Amino acid sequence: MTAGASDATAAGGAMPTLVELRDAVVVRGARPVLAIDGLAIADGATLALVGPNGAGKSTLLLTLASLLRLARGSLTFRGATVGRGTELAYRRHIGLVLPDPLLLDTSVFANVAAGLRFRGVPSAAARPRVTAWLDRLGVAHLRDRPARQISSGEAQRVSLARALVLEPDLLLLDEPFASVDAATRGRLLDDLEVLLRETRVACVIVTHDLDEAVRLGDRMAVMVAGRIRQVDPPERVLAEPLDEDVAAFVGAETRLRGRVISSEEGVAVVDVGGMHVEAVSALAPGRDVLCCLRPEDVTLWSSGSQAAPSSVASSARNQVRGRVSRMVTQGSLVRVSVDIGSTLVASITRASAADLGLAEGAAVLATFKASAVHLIPLAG
Amino acid sequence: MVGSLADGVQQLVAGLGGADLVEITLLSLGVSGVATAISLLIGLPLGTWLALSRFRSRGLVVSVVNTGMALPPVVVGLFVAFLLWRSGPLGDLGLIYSPSAMVIAEVIIATPVILGLTVAALGQLDPRLRLQLMGLGASRWQTVWWLWREARLPLLAALMAGFGSVISEVGAAMMVGGNILHQTRVLTTAIVLEVGRGEFEKAVGLGIVLLALAFAVNGILTWAQQRGPGRQDASR
Repeated sequence: MTAGASDATAAGGAMPTLVELRDAVVVRGARPVLAIDGLAIADGATLALVGPNGAGKSTLLLTLASLLRLARGSLTFRGATVGRGTELAYRRHIGLVLPDPLLLDTSVFANVAAGLRFRGVPSAAARPRVTAWLDRLGVAHLRDRPARQISSGEAQRVSLARALVLEPDLLLLDEPFASVDAATRGRLLDDLEVLLRETRVACVIVTHDLDEAVRLGDRMAVMVAGRIRQVDPPERVLAEPLDEDVAAFVGAETRLRGRVISSEEGVAVVDVGGMHVEAVSALAPGRDVLCCLRPEDVTLWSSGSQAAPSSVASSARNQVRGRVSRMVTQGSLVRVSVDIGSTLVASITRASAADLGLAEGAAVLATFKASAVHLIPLAG
Repeated sequence: MVGSLADGVQQLVAGLGGADLVEITLLSLGVSGVATAISLLIGLPLGTWLALSRFRSRGLVVSVVNTGMALPPVVVGLFVAFLLWRSGPLGDLGLIYSPSAMVIAEVIIATPVILGLTVAALGQLDPRLRLQLMGLGASRWQTVWWLWREARLPLLAALMAGFGSVISEVGAAMMVGGNILHQTRVLTTAIVLEVGRGEFEKAVGLGIVLLALAFAVNGILTWAQQRGPGRQDASR
């Protein structure tokens, strides 16, 4: 639980809504590219916007910046509609950072001062603010350098400073670390996390990186094909995806179709092509469901063991035998695909893969807890 | 070679008289300068609008403008002469064979050049730059101003190309100006006249003056183009 959320709880209510989209449709050509039934951005909180490529994340962000025209629906800021005549005033409440820094062909200092100049802030008042934010983002030494001559990591810091110096009510970040290397990305992420916590600025950050989203987001919105499919705290989205696309995106790699055949004491038994899977769920018998399972929740045992050790068997209620069909090494982990009729994916350490003597074609026993299985009810 | 060029200039000064040469040169500069300035006032805003807007027939309009960049000055001269001829539709204005007529023709020649190159100059910018500026709170005018500033090098090149297209053209100036001494004689028309008379040395001398003029104007613009304003801003 984040500091923001606990404060809100202590105050006895949620943060007020800052910006809201309702029934919003954005059209490109004749094709709707974005359809948002409702999205509220709470003051002081960070919303992470995730989804596969082409899902409309950037389009949504630009819409929130009032930079794309709504074919239908409304954008409101503190309850007032943003539209013709009020767009500029609204935009002066936000700060926008795009994936590429897009710095202006002038000095670093003038870049960061640009937004203040747009707002008519006198340069005497602007100078200390610009200096402070350059300093805060660790690029004060670059202030007189031409912006075109600094590295991409530095440029992205300048771009962040350029938005933050405005002390916006809403910070809109579109994959702000897309153009920097992994090490720089890590440091920028650390800094951004601290900045967001300290400034308490409301923020929407677009990212395709789930770890980033989980780390920065108080809530996470998953977009698929121009629509928001789920908005929840990140842990909840990961544990309880609402539909198959969301489950696939957040890493529930094993997805098995089946039907609930019995339900007792909060544990449902699902028939998956003859195999029985137990899941913690209150769904009633007869429902068609999708059993979702994350690879890190699956444990593999060598085929020699008749059953898993009893201590494990008691909590890991599901046991299934199969053959390894594919192994892919990813860093210190190995992703193992097990053919059990359909495919079950497990993620184990390289050390345990070696201990188990796993190889493609080897027979294995896979176990997973009933609480690790998330059931998504299917229509019909 | 150098000796013969120097002779040419001497001949020119002697033949035309220093006062006449200065007059012709200033009229060249004046007519082309005014025409370029008017073309800039038309071409820059129109080109900016064309570069930033999206409408159905935009591609067609841009093609027409680009074709306009290659308008033959003689054809423009013919068209303007027809309009301004004493018996023509605008004959009552009495502008034929006046510097004003030359300015009109040259505006028609230079405007498509400046307009087309303005569209190209702004088209080179990252389209998201405009979104970024607006996302930082820039008004419409502030956005346009900064886009011009970002594209200042190709925009100055557009201005130079516009000026170059009119300072060097002869067909339209001859046709609507008439090459009248003390009234509409400019460097290019004077060169044509001297060559017609077989006065090649005078023609060469005038050619040198014309080149020097073009070089000086472009030199000033190039200097302005290369001088980065970044340093200025940093000190503010």
